[in-house]
Amino acid sequence: MNNFKFFSEGLVRSNPVFVLILGACPTLAVTTTAINGIGMGAATTFVLVSSNVLVAALKNVIPDKVRIAAFIVIIATFVTITDMVMKAFTPELYSSLGIFIPLIVVNCIILGRAEAFAQKNRVIPSLLDGLGMGIGFMLAITILASIRELLGNGSIFDIKLVGDNVSTILLFILPPGAFITYGYLIAIMNKLKTRYSNQ
Amino acid sequence: MSKPASSLRNMVLSLFGISLVMSAALGFVYNVTKEPIAAAIKAKEVSAIKEVLPAFDNDPVSTAKELNGMLFYYASSSDSLVGYAAKTFTEIGYSGRFDLMVGFLPDGTIHNIVVLEQKETPGLGTNMVLPKFKNQFLNLNIANLKDNRLLVKKDGGTIDAISAATITSRAYCDGVQRAYNAYMENFAVKE
Amino acid sequence: MEYINIIILALLVNNVVLAQFLGICPFLGVSGKVSTSVGMGAAVMFVMALANLVTYIIHYYLLIPLQVEFMQTITFILVIASLVQTVEIILKKSAPSLYQALGIYLPLITTNCAVLGIAILAIQKKFTLVESVLYSSATAVGFTLALVLLAGIREQLELLGMPKGMRGFPLTLIVAGLLSMAFMGFAGLVK
Repeated sequence: MNNFKFFSEGLVRSNPVFVLILGACPTLAVTTTAINGIGMGAATTFVLVSSNVLVAALKNVIPDKVRIAAFIVIIATFVTITDMVMKAFTPELYSSLGIFIPLIVVNCIILGRAEAFAQKNRVIPSLLDGLGMGIGFMLAITILASIRELLGNGSIFDIKLVGDNVSTILLFILPPGAFITYGYLIAIMNKLKTRYSNQ
Repeated sequence: MSKPASSLRNMVLSLFGISLVMSAALGFVYNVTKEPIAAAIKAKEVSAIKEVLPAFDNDPVSTAKELNGMLFYYASSSDSLVGYAAKTFTEIGYSGRFDLMVGFLPDGTIHNIVVLEQKETPGLGTNMVLPKFKNQFLNLNIANLKDNRLLVKKDGGTIDAISAATITSRAYCDGVQRAYNAYMENFAVKE
Repeated sequence: MEYINIIILALLVNNVVLAQFLGICPFLGVSGKVSTSVGMGAAVMFVMALANLVTYIIHYYLLIPLQVEFMQTITFILVIASLVQTVEIILKKSAPSLYQALGIYLPLITTNCAVLGIAILAIQKKFTLVESVLYSSATAVGFTLALVLLAGIREQLELLGMPKGMRGFPLTLIVAGLLSMAFMGFAGLVK
């Protein structure tokens, strides 16, 4: 596999959100506005890339039996760093993402990539893998968030797209809208997948 | 280089080493971000206080006094009292608690109100920040109301509730009333 | 009264899965059959109450005195992971029948974000020890309730003809959306 393939794998074919269905909690919870989606995606990408790189670099130092514990320590450290940096420099975004910043630590994508990819590969492929998966996650939740923000609030990235007296479908920024939008997006992905694999 | 065997010594050493390095890294980032975090929190409070009171020139955050779970900030301009900002709360919102910052002039008149932390229903309860609802409170003195009580029309008061969000409107009044009562009892200039 | 409010809020109004989006992975993963979802719910309740008890003690008697609250995430996740392991070992040795019933769900719980999430939320809400344990137990019952309801509906849906693309996750998510809509009716229950 060449390096580009490591990167592109997570973008579409093994997209963590639409294909692997990993990290569903933040996917549903923070996608009320497109800005939240990008912020959460960026924070997750940072943690994913850093932990992938460090796990790959340390793979020959960590004994097999304690590897999960070591991964958790590494991931939790990067999550806490992200937490503090966001609290200091993007307080608005930090307060709207709330509890889901510390919860990046239990996002299955991150431990999953450390276990399935980074501990078996070199640093550069691990970095690209983390970047691809992270950006795939970010794109997917931003798409979901944009749809919800547009239908529920009539705007994308806080830019109002409909007139003030047009009533929007509030349901989409409420919890039920998250489940329903996500469900239909996966259904569309399934449909596309069968169509392309038939050709 | 092959993987080290999972002997007790290797396991303890490697975990200990990783934890040590990671804690050091965390401590470092903590020290770097400590001041910006404190500054960000303070900036948020100061901007809320600025919004709810007329111009002042002291540092209200350093005067904060706690009272029944609320915070009162003293604001003055060239040493004469401008008013008090009260960081108040209510627990009867649609999704439980939310926080308000209410600015009182010395005689108890409400100057302005800002919603701080809330998780009310988007598009319904969150309409409490819109001028249509909020303007009803500006320049209002609860002392001029019947029984000194701030109530929505449904409960026999004067406030027009937000459409489809009576519970939020009621909670909003509750938060303001809470601040007003404590303010009149403890801080207002008695004549 | 306070205690009843905490229970109703955690159980119905702010249902952990349907309103707060914590623990979605097991919610989607093990909701195929009613019997397995009851088992999962029981295991979560056990671990969650225990985790809240331990993290409470660690937070107030270790992290705060040492002034290292910023280590919260890292200590909590390690505590929960080792707690799950310990519970698994103890159950296996001392209560084999209980282990048989809950055993297969225990490893899944470490990555259940509801456990860590509720532990952090209980600290953020400044609960006392009793409130914190009560809150986590009520949350776990709410989790089980949502899980069993979804499993019951999914068992019925098995019998229906569905377009291929909609089977599995999409349909489960849409049903969950409808359940979540039903639970919104509980909002405003606590006065």
